[in-house]
Amino acid sequence: MRRPTEILRQMALWFLPAMLAFVSASGFGALLVSGFGYSPLLVFSTLWEGAFGDAYRFSETLLKTVPLVFTGLAVALSFRTGIWNIGAEGQFLAGALIVTVFGVKAANLFAPIFFLLTTIDIFLSGALLGILAGWLREKHGVSEVISTIMLNMIVLQFLGYAVHGPLQEAARTYPQSDRLAEVARLSQLWPGTRLHSGVIIAVLLAIVLWLVLFRLPFGFRLRVIGQNPHAARFAGINVSRHIIAAFALSGGLAAIGGAIEVAGVTGRLYENISPGYGFTGIAVAMLGRLHPLGLLPAAFLFGALESGARALQRNLGLSSVLAEVIQGMTILFVVLFETRWFRELLNKRLNVK
Amino acid sequence: MMEIFTSLLTSGISLATPLLLAALGEIIIEKSGIINIALEGMMLVAAFFAMYVALISGSPILGLVAGVFSALLSAAIFALFCVGAQADQIITGAGLNIFALGLTGVLLRRIFGLTGATITAPTFTILPVPFLQKLPIIGPALFTQNALVYLALLLIPITWLLLTRTRLGLHLRAVGENPAAVDAAGLPVQRLRFAAVLIGGSYCGLAGAYLSIAQANTFIEGMTAGRGFIALAIVIFAGWRPFAAAAVALLFGVASALQFQFQAFGLKVPYQFFLMLPYILTIVVAAFFRHRIQAPAAMAKSYFREG
Repeated sequence: MRRPTEILRQMALWFLPAMLAFVSASGFGALLVSGFGYSPLLVFSTLWEGAFGDAYRFSETLLKTVPLVFTGLAVALSFRTGIWNIGAEGQFLAGALIVTVFGVKAANLFAPIFFLLTTIDIFLSGALLGILAGWLREKHGVSEVISTIMLNMIVLQFLGYAVHGPLQEAARTYPQSDRLAEVARLSQLWPGTRLHSGVIIAVLLAIVLWLVLFRLPFGFRLRVIGQNPHAARFAGINVSRHIIAAFALSGGLAAIGGAIEVAGVTGRLYENISPGYGFTGIAVAMLGRLHPLGLLPAAFLFGALESGARALQRNLGLSSVLAEVIQGMTILFVVLFETRWFRELLNKRLNVK
Repeated sequence: MMEIFTSLLTSGISLATPLLLAALGEIIIEKSGIINIALEGMMLVAAFFAMYVALISGSPILGLVAGVFSALLSAAIFALFCVGAQADQIITGAGLNIFALGLTGVLLRRIFGLTGATITAPTFTILPVPFLQKLPIIGPALFTQNALVYLALLLIPITWLLLTRTRLGLHLRAVGENPAAVDAAGLPVQRLRFAAVLIGGSYCGLAGAYLSIAQANTFIEGMTAGRGFIALAIVIFAGWRPFAAAAVALLFGVASALQFQFQAFGLKVPYQFFLMLPYILTIVVAAFFRHRIQAPAAMAKSYFREG
C-alpha cells in the first residue's frame, strides 16, 4: 500500500508538464493583451468572473465542458492506440446530425423501449466514420491524418446540405433544423440554468473509458499497440482488428458528444454547431495527458476559458477568440514539454545541480 | 459556348491559384519528410498581415511582402518545434491552426472593432499580358489575371526544377526518403528540413496573401475555409509532383467555378456535393492508386541519430 503523500507526489509530477504548459500559454495570452493596452490582471479577473462569478456562470462553464470531454476522450483513446485521429470534429457533427434526424422526424424512437437502439445508432454514425478511416489505414495504407481531415470536410458539407435541404425548418427561413421533439431533449439538471444531464453522462463515460483502458485486457492491448505495434504483433495481438476497434470507439464517443450537444443545449441543428470542439478536443486530450480522468480537469479548464472569454467580449470589448489563442498555445507547449529535446534539457539542468 | 468555357476557365484559374501555391509549398515540405497540416493556419496569418500592411501602406506589394514574412515566421515556429525539438508534427500542426485562427481573430477585432467594419484593402489588379491574351480560348483565361497568378504559374516549373534539378532538391528528397543515409553522407538532416519548411512556408504566405489582397480584397475571420486542407489533398492526389499538382488544383478550381455556373443555370444539384468532391476523390485516389503515388518514406517521422 502506497502512502497518500507518495501518491500525491506522483500525481503532482504527472501533472507538472501540463500545468506548466497551461501557465506558459496563459502567460503568452497576458503578454498579448498587455500589448493591446489592457491590464493582464483585469483580463484574468474578468475571465474568472465570467467563468465562476455566480451559479449561472458556473453552470455555463460546465455546459461548455461537456462537449470537450467527449471529443477529448475520443482523441485520447485514439492517440493512446497510436492513431492520429483528427476526425473528432466530423464524428461529433455526424452524431449531431443523426440525433436531429431522429429527434425531428421520428421522435417516438426516443421512447424508453427504443432508447438503447437510438443511442447505438448515434454511436454508430461516428463509429462508422472511424471504421472507414481505420479500414483505409489498415487495408489501403491511407494515413488516418489525411482520411480523417477529408472526412471532416465531407461531413461538414453534408451537414450544410442537410440544413439547407431535407432537414431545414418548416418555416424555411434560416439554414437550421426544426426543434427536437421534447422527448428527444435531455432533462434539465439545475433549474434556472441550461445545465443538462449530459454532464453526468460525460463523467460516467470518462470513468468507463478509464476502466477500459487501464483495467481491462482489451485496453491494455490497445496501449501496447500505441507504444509499440511491432511488439504487440509479436505478442500475438491482432493489431489491425484492435486499431479498427479503437477507431470505432473513438468515433462513437465523439458522435455521442455531438448528439448530447444538440439534445442538451441547442435543441436544433445548424451549420456552426461546433466551434471546433473536435480540434479543441486535441488540446484537451494533450493537456489531460491522454488520461480519461486527467482530461476532465483539462476540459473544465477550457470550458471555463470559453465561458470566461464571453465576459471578455461583453465587458472589455476584447474578442472571445482569445480563448483559441490560449488553447493553441497550450497544445504547442504541451507538445514541446513532451519532446525528447526538452526532457534532455531538463535532465541536464537537474544533473548540474 | 466558347465564352462560357473561357469564363469558367478564367474563374477556375483564379480560384485554383491559392490552392496551387499552398500545394506546391506543401510538396517541398513533405518531400523532406515533414508533414505540415498547419497550411491553413499559415495562410490565415499571411492573409491577415497582407491585408493589414496593404491597407496602412496603400501598397499591395508591401502587403504581399508582409504576408510572406508572417507566414515565414509561423513556418519558423513550426520548424523549431518539429525539426528543432522534434515535437510531433501532427499535433504541432493542429495547435498552430487553432492558434492562428485565434490570433488573427483577436487582432482583427482589436484593430478593426468588434463589429468588423468593412475593410477594403488595396489589391493586385488584373494585368493583361499583351499579345498572349489574344490567344483563342485560353488566352483570356490565362493572361488576363493578376500578377500573383502569373507568379504561381511560374512557380510550377521553378518548384519542379528545384526538386529535381538542383543539389538542394536532391538533398531534400533524400532526407524525405532516408534521413539516416543522408546523415551518414555527412549532410545536415535537420538544417535541410528546416530549409524545406521555410521555403514551403513562404509559398503558403503567397497563397494567404492572394486570398486577402488579390481575391477577396478584405479579411474575414477564418477566410481560408478549409483551403489548406484541400491543398493537402491536392498534394496526395498529384502524387507529390508539381505539374500534376497544377492540373489537380485547376480541376478543383474549375469544379468550384462550375458550382456557381450550375446555380446560375438553376441546376438542382446541391452545391455542397460539389464541394465534397475533392475530398472524396482524394480518399479514393489515396486508397486505390497507392502503387502509383508513393509518399516520401520518412514522412512525419522525426529523425534522431541512433546511439
